[in-house]
Amino acid sequence: MTAADTGAGALTDPAVLTVGDVVAGGTFPITRDSLVRYAGASGDFNAIHYRDDVAAAVGLPGVLAHGMLTMGLAVQPVIDWLGDPGRVLDYQVRFTRPVVVDPVEGAELIVAATVGKITPEADAVAATADAPATPAVPGTARIDLTVTYNGDTVLGKAQVVIALAGR
Amino acid sequence: MNPELVGRVFPATTPYLVGREKVREFARAVFATNPVNLDVDAARAAGYADIVAPPTFAVVVQEQTLAQLLAEPDAGIDFSRVVHGEQRFSFTRPIVAGDLLTAQLSVASVKTLAGNSMVTALSTITDVDGQHVVTASSTLVVRGDA
Repeated sequence: MTAADTGAGALTDPAVLTVGDVVAGGTFPITRDSLVRYAGASGDFNAIHYRDDVAAAVGLPGVLAHGMLTMGLAVQPVIDWLGDPGRVLDYQVRFTRPVVVDPVEGAELIVAATVGKITPEADAVAATADAPATPAVPGTARIDLTVTYNGDTVLGKAQVVIALAGR
Repeated sequence: MNPELVGRVFPATTPYLVGREKVREFARAVFATNPVNLDVDAARAAGYADIVAPPTFAVVVQEQTLAQLLAEPDAGIDFSRVVHGEQRFSFTRPIVAGDLLTAQLSVASVKTLAGNSMVTALSTITDVDGQHVVTASSTLVVRGDA
């Protein structure tokens, strides 16, 4: 498969991509239904994600979204932009603020994806008298995600490393 | 939390068979809309054997290993005080429906900071050929008594 096959090759051409570019984004309305659906799909049945009384008993301000639901949806705009989930090489987040999901109003998460760093492809270099050989390095980019809820960011160091070319 | 957990390697989990409908169910739950996550023909056209799981699906396989950690008799982890601090997935290749995956947990670090304990656990997920698929890393924070 080549980058052109994904239909997104031009977008991720390092000659076109620039650090600071906003490449993708989206708005995700989360409801209690979303939490129940994620609980079933993931197998995470911690009751703080669907029972107000349990959330209150452990001192939480309300029923919280699963952190892994926030992490899971936040990368989706990047995948839609790439056209291929297989181009995600590494994805990390810190959970810095809980997302309280109101039973009636729900919660709205806003995602913005920005190019943080570009590492161009490098060819393998044969050993010389002065330096050891270095292997070929495929081109990658680090995409930084900003996820906000009520104007506050809820994830820290949310970074997706993507392959610049398809696998 | 028991600092002697560092370096401990747990038994590999019972193999997890990645079902196509489970991948679809998970994909819908994380708002995935890409056809490669949902449609077999689209996935095959993109060069995959079957539909591709969203990146965070690896947590479903990893979960079995975290349960091992929390159940370890001498770990001293009070589940009611556990908060998920950090999560990372490092892929060799994406998970695809039909994969038979095994996970093996190792404890990378145990730290104490401001009265809280933090444990970072690595779950190395491999396929039926023993090839690396993804490493899932979780940092769990166990809140202190304060």
